Amino acid sequence: MTTRWFGARVQRVEDDRLLRGKGHFTDDIDGGALESVLVRSPFAHARVKSIDVSAARALPGVVAVYVAADLPFGQTDLPILIPHPNLTHGRTQRCLASEVVRYVGEAVAFVVAENRYIAEDAADLVDVDYEPLPVVITPEASAAAEHLVHDDVHDNVAAEMIQEVGDVQKAMAAAPHRKRLRLRFERGAASPMEGRAVWARWSESEHRLTVYDSTQSPTSIRGGLAVLFGLQESDVDVIAPDVGGGFGPKIMLFYPDELLVPFAAMQLGRPVKWTEDRQEHFTAVNQERGQVHEVEVGFDDAGRVVALDDDFLHDGGAYTPYGIILPIITAAQVPGPYRVSNYRVRFRDVYTNATATSPYRGAGRPHACFVMERTLDAIAADLGLDRVEVRRRNLIQADQFPYEVGVLWQDGNRVVYDSGNYPALVERALEMLGPRPEGDHIGMGLSPYVEGTGVGPYEGAHVQVLVSGKVVAATGIPNQGQSHATVWAQIVADQLGVDVGDVEVSSGDTRRFHWGVGTFASRAAIMAGNAMAVAAGMVAEKAKHIAADVLEADPADLELADGSVRVKGAPERGVPLAAVAVLANPMRYAFGGGTEAATQFAARPRPGPPLAEGEQPGLEATGYFSPVGSAWAAGCHAAYVRVDPRTFRLEILKYVVVHDCGRLINPLVVEGQIEGGVAQGIGGAFYERLAYDADGQLRNASFMEFLMPYATEIPAIEIDHIETPSPLNPLGIKGAGEAGVIPVGAVIASAVEEALGVPITEMPLSPLKLFELSRR
Amino acid sequence: MKPPQFEYHAPTSVEEACALLSSLQDAKVLAGGQSLVPLLNFRLARPAHLVDINRIPNLDRIYERDGGVAVQALARQADVEDSELVARRCPLLLAAVRLVAHRVIRNRGTVCGSLVHADPASELPAVLLALRGHVVARSTRGSRIIPAADFFIGVMETKLAYDELLVEAWFPASTGRFAIAEESRRHGDFALAGAVRYGDRLALFGVAPTPVLADRNDPTHGLQPSGDLEASPEFRLHLVRILTEKVFAA
Amino acid sequence: MKVNGIAHPAPADPRRLLSDHLRHDLGLTGTHVGCEHGVCGCCTVLLDGAPVRSCLMLAVQAEGHEVTTIEGLAAPGAPLHPVQQAFHECHGLQCGFCTPGFVMSVVGLLHEHPDPSPEQVDEGISGNLCRCTGYASIRRAVRRAAELSKQ
Repeated sequence: MTTRWFGARVQRVEDDRLLRGKGHFTDDIDGGALESVLVRSPFAHARVKSIDVSAARALPGVVAVYVAADLPFGQTDLPILIPHPNLTHGRTQRCLASEVVRYVGEAVAFVVAENRYIAEDAADLVDVDYEPLPVVITPEASAAAEHLVHDDVHDNVAAEMIQEVGDVQKAMAAAPHRKRLRLRFERGAASPMEGRAVWARWSESEHRLTVYDSTQSPTSIRGGLAVLFGLQESDVDVIAPDVGGGFGPKIMLFYPDELLVPFAAMQLGRPVKWTEDRQEHFTAVNQERGQVHEVEVGFDDAGRVVALDDDFLHDGGAYTPYGIILPIITAAQVPGPYRVSNYRVRFRDVYTNATATSPYRGAGRPHACFVMERTLDAIAADLGLDRVEVRRRNLIQADQFPYEVGVLWQDGNRVVYDSGNYPALVERALEMLGPRPEGDHIGMGLSPYVEGTGVGPYEGAHVQVLVSGKVVAATGIPNQGQSHATVWAQIVADQLGVDVGDVEVSSGDTRRFHWGVGTFASRAAIMAGNAMAVAAGMVAEKAKHIAADVLEADPADLELADGSVRVKGAPERGVPLAAVAVLANPMRYAFGGGTEAATQFAARPRPGPPLAEGEQPGLEATGYFSPVGSAWAAGCHAAYVRVDPRTFRLEILKYVVVHDCGRLINPLVVEGQIEGGVAQGIGGAFYERLAYDADGQLRNASFMEFLMPYATEIPAIEIDHIETPSPLNPLGIKGAGEAGVIPVGAVIASAVEEALGVPITEMPLSPLKLFELSRR
Repeated sequence: MKPPQFEYHAPTSVEEACALLSSLQDAKVLAGGQSLVPLLNFRLARPAHLVDINRIPNLDRIYERDGGVAVQALARQADVEDSELVARRCPLLLAAVRLVAHRVIRNRGTVCGSLVHADPASELPAVLLALRGHVVARSTRGSRIIPAADFFIGVMETKLAYDELLVEAWFPASTGRFAIAEESRRHGDFALAGAVRYGDRLALFGVAPTPVLADRNDPTHGLQPSGDLEASPEFRLHLVRILTEKVFAA
Repeated sequence: MKVNGIAHPAPADPRRLLSDHLRHDLGLTGTHVGCEHGVCGCCTVLLDGAPVRSCLMLAVQAEGHEVTTIEGLAAPGAPLHPVQQAFHECHGLQCGFCTPGFVMSVVGLLHEHPDPSPEQVDEGISGNLCRCTGYASIRRAVRRAAELSKQ
């Protein structure tokens, strides 16, 4: 195999069609589909006394209006995706609420019409009689349980989990110093530029359901639809076409529309589509980031942590479809890159009358990082030590791998860091940061972090060399802009000795590959990348065996390069890969394209059947990769900021990132992911929040008031890489998708705290918040 | 987020537009649409009739009048931004228009539309007030001039009657010392607070239901700004003091 | 109205937004819809050569005007427009959803400022939201587009 492509800054193969406006996003699909709208609750908590859809049904252009009573699955609770023994009081919603609504945005009716304009007119006519009930909005109010979100969950706690490593009580009592902190995060949103959309068609003649869905897991959608509608999986196709950003909320399933749209298509005998608008996106799509932490840390005179106790509330929202993965990740990642021999963490996942929470880029890790970094800053302040020096004294050293943290990880295993060099990351970040700029009200922030990436269970890939010499590859995992098609083409191209441009990758289409899990948790490169390598490697081996026969050489003496299979050291003795593909399929009937060479009178006669026992026709293979554990990426961010002492504007003077994702497949892609992640982190630290009022109304459900940063708010950042290959997968890679966002809050908080001289214990910040803090 | 149903009218003269406004119940004028169309898309505005004035010819001029600059109803904010006359005679207006949203919005949005929309946080009403300009309103009843000091009466409320069309805004020349400054969260956002200085005059925006004149030595006197997600009343008062200092320091 | 040089009638329904008319009536799905309140910029097209938000225009308002969408920048199979080429070279797109809006805005920017300063670049792209790239590569793409446009 060549190593021509791995590690190269290859420009993307996806770009041409996207730049020409020939992308294929779900709402782009027409196919004569009816359009639809979901009627949603304007109340955060209410009894539904009646729903009158008669006026809506009577509106010209309206084809159907469904309420729960109209659905065969109307009384079925949607699944809990990740069950867990500690999730003792998990609750999920139904497709359409008919008794109680528990968050603003919960769907109560589904309108199908000739177009969305008419559907919205009809939605206006749906008359729902709500009886408002008391609203529980903050995690603290939920824990106080004066009012209940679910009548049968008496303390609003969906799950409680306690983990301990070492003996915290003893170590804390013996610690020379102790400190308590309370740290708070408000809700935030992923807010991809493309909202969610679903398109479905049922073909009675083919007995086939086809669904396009802006989802991060087509295979899961397919499985769920088959079960729900009593179809065979092989009768259901789910395709995630071009997806305009996911960032987490599109891994959530099932949103009600994912069931209602196919259902309506089957009922009405016409394709049906649904595309959300931005306003509904804010409350209809899962959110994240709400947590409250009570931390106690015990430390010695040198600033070393001897005991850490973290008790936190996780704002789960009104339902728990995603289980308790988020607080599990937070709990697992609090120790981060540091040695914490005595660590106790308790969380309660509590219900609130707001949209359910599920992963958003970072998925619980930003909180964990913030908690640990604020704690270390507090230790430094207490002892009068340099903040960076306190980090150095607590970091796991390069010779301590594999490092067992001792808590549970989201894949069901224990957390074990496989490889890394955290001190090197910190030193390199400091080097890049350079000396402090001149001026007043300037602060520095620095935060190393770890990131568990590449969780299983597995992913697979199919690779085939066509008789034209082109290579097609497919995997079940979809993409939302992460350049998968380019990155995997690089891996395959290296294995097969072809040009990246000659490898066409399909992803997220169950018609092309129907096994797999999905895109989340920074796993795609590791999972699908390694699966691609396995499959392509198998193809390369087969190619060598076929070519060996033709060249009368030993397969071990052959290599794949420049589109052919040839003898090492004697490149003129070779067979084009295209020809090998032809020969891989013994033929009777040639059909052009060089296939004559494989017919019975042309091919070299050899003993035995044309297709040897155990052989399959074609130059293709399917391969899978399943990890024994997560590969732990790491990095360090550092920044100088200035806070205007009067307007409290934040100016980021310099921002540097040192990043270790093991071996880099395409540095251009990784840097793009980091730059995007840092921008989301800055947005989450200083601009964006979901402002719920006491009645559970979202006060800023628009882009005018939910402040996503423009280019003018995001500075240029500098990036450098360190590579500590992971021993846990053959390619030695680690994930990179979420790294940019994880430590940004911690960095900004630390820097602002120094710049302004006020303690920072919450996220997000804003000029108003800093004004108020400096007045206390 | 699709507009609700409405009856659409596209008059081709000011007279026709005024006749429509006079005879129709619940009609709104559509000019640039950069403020109105979002309201329609959110279904926060549900007018029975939309009177689109974009087909009226000769209503987009920017010309010199009475020593100042007259900006007609269909002159786009971008046209004002690019106008040599405005740069020469009323550079304060130029400075203010550059703060309005983003260029792409200014390509369609109109100066007169911004004045009629009268968002308390917008810049142009405050400039009109600071310069002591006026607007010209036409109806089937005739034409009248409304001075800036009388025009803005409440949050998104002006003296314009239901049957009147704003055909022109007149900005006196700003050849004296001027400055405009605002605090906003992101580039191009509505201001949390803003200040316009012309000579010794000070006009504030974003801190009251309408733009207000203020005393440069006691700018927060009598102000009772509202609070919202990004600024409390106290923070707004704090910003007023800072911005006042800023515009008079120049 | 003319769209990419071809005459089309306006839709019968006056409330149909230009963005929906382009996408669903004319099948030009390259223009994307991100917010329908004029903030995100995904829907940006050129109206008589100047960038505008197609989600903030009624389709009937485009009658008598020339609309250019992303599909109108380069003919099928023809080389990419310099702005498109620059975005490709600089990795200025990831998911591609905001990209047509950015490209049209940048075409408009370079028309006004063929050699933009960094401040003019930021000013010119400051009305478009991107969630994937963090804008650094887009800034690089604008500078590269200015270079390519001169050639």
